[in-house]
Amino acid sequence: MTQISVTINGKTYTKDVEPRTLLVHFLRDHLELTGTNIGCDTSQCGACTVHLDGLAVKSCATLTVQADGAAVTTIEGLASNGQLHPMQQAFWDNHGLQCGYCTPGMIMAATKLVEGRPEISDDEIRHGLEGNICRCTGYENIVRSVKAAAAQMGGGV
Amino acid sequence: MYPPKFEYYRASSVAEALALKQQHGGKFLAGGHSLIPVMNLRLADPGVVIDIGRLSGLKGISRENGTVRIGALTTHAMVAASADVPQALAEAAALIGDPQVRNRGTVGGNVSHADPASDLPTVFTALGATFHLQTAAGTRQVAAADFFTGLFETALGEDELLLAVTVPANPGGSAYKKLSNPASRYAMVGAAAVVSGSSATVAVGGLTPHARRCPSVEAAWAGGSGVEAAAAAVLNDLGDDILGDIHASADYRRQMAVVYVKRALAAAQSRAG
Ligand SMILES: Cc1cc2nc3c(=O)[nH]c(=O)nc-3n(C[C@H](O)[C@H](O)[C@H](O)COP(=O)(O)OP(=O)(O)OC[C@H]3O[C@@H](n4cnc5c(N)ncnc54)[C@H](O)[C@@H]3O)c2cc1C
Ligand code: FES
Ligand code: FES
Repeated sequence: MTQISVTINGKTYTKDVEPRTLLVHFLRDHLELTGTNIGCDTSQCGACTVHLDGLAVKSCATLTVQADGAAVTTIEGLASNGQLHPMQQAFWDNHGLQCGYCTPGMIMAATKLVEGRPEISDDEIRHGLEGNICRCTGYENIVRSVKAAAAQMGGGV
Repeated sequence: MYPPKFEYYRASSVAEALALKQQHGGKFLAGGHSLIPVMNLRLADPGVVIDIGRLSGLKGISRENGTVRIGALTTHAMVAASADVPQALAEAAALIGDPQVRNRGTVGGNVSHADPASDLPTVFTALGATFHLQTAAGTRQVAAADFFTGLFETALGEDELLLAVTVPANPGGSAYKKLSNPASRYAMVGAAAVVSGSSATVAVGGLTPHARRCPSVEAAWAGGSGVEAAAAAVLNDLGDDILGDIHASADYRRQMAVVYVKRALAAAQSRAG
């Protein structure tokens, strides 16, 4: 066991973990933050995307011990004061999901993608979401959602 | 999807990393974006993992006397965003995987792992990069042509750490073009070209067990052949060890090598001005 201390969605947790604990398992199984999904075993689908010290990363390819001392944001940490984050609201408004399995990862990747880019193009969105696979939507409405949120966020976070 | 059990050590200096490695064996962990996936799939079970990810002295890009030094822990995202590295290198880094992979994966991990489908070995081979290695006994430098030795094999010794890679700051016009696997984005064929005056250095990867220079292409170019004819010469540089899989057969990749060498040469030529 290795002791780690990680701040998740603003709250600091100090815990003993087995070194092999993937960050995604720490979130889901130890903290019961099950919004972060596991969609593959090849690190390709992006369903497990979270923010680690402000960068979008795949939590299935990151050990919890690598996040020791870091700040992590998960989908559960995006809304504030009962208000959805503009990216969450845009997915709702633009029908950016069907089964919803890819959605937490899509939203975590997309919020970072549009930072500082209020006028991001469709092509840039498609290229920037290459690490996130959706089996349902055909991506059209995801692109639409991300574009709407980017305009709404005006380059902010 | 759980990696096998291992003992975990975290190094706080290069010396400590080397000492831990000598004492316990196992594998270094940089960004973890090759090692953790292969452990998740149980293709690797190193028993001991020595985390070098916090050695901040190995992270960053600096220019010194006509060369650019890229620390082993520099992430792909940092290389992609750098105006100091040759264009082919930034271009290749920007094509690695996806944004999440580029945020964690490191240059040192990429070349040490030496996946035949990786992008950076091809660019470093064309650029004639130098690899700076260290053991407890001292440091040594290895040229790109000698660093990549086989499928997932490099000149790195068991207890050796890669510190940095250096490349010429102004090699001429340079470009990297790749045919990506549509799911992982790994290279099925990658081609790097560096054009300076009437000479060119060209390398291919993705379809060969490790990145390789293309002497026939280079000779054709130096002899005044245009882009088309020089690129076609790549077929003479490809032996019978071309990789093929369910995504693309060896024969298809061989044909695509001509196309991607052509694109890389044309882009490098236009950038050479
Ligand atoms: C979904 C996905 C897509 C990808 N697509 C691409 C792609 O398109 N192109 C591409 O090139 N790569 C791709 N990669 C691989 C990515 O670039 C990895 O980040 C990289 O290959 C390994 O770097 P790392 O820092 O993650 O190394 P790690 O996984 O930490 O280490 C890899 C190996 O190198 C050794 N090592 C690491 N650092 C050193 C060092 N300084 N000295 C000695 N040994 C060291 C480790 O012991 C280990 O054996 C992809 C990865 C994923 C998960
Ligand atoms: S679960 Fe992490 S990329 Fe698929
Ligand atoms: S909405 Fe079902 S996978 Fe994307």
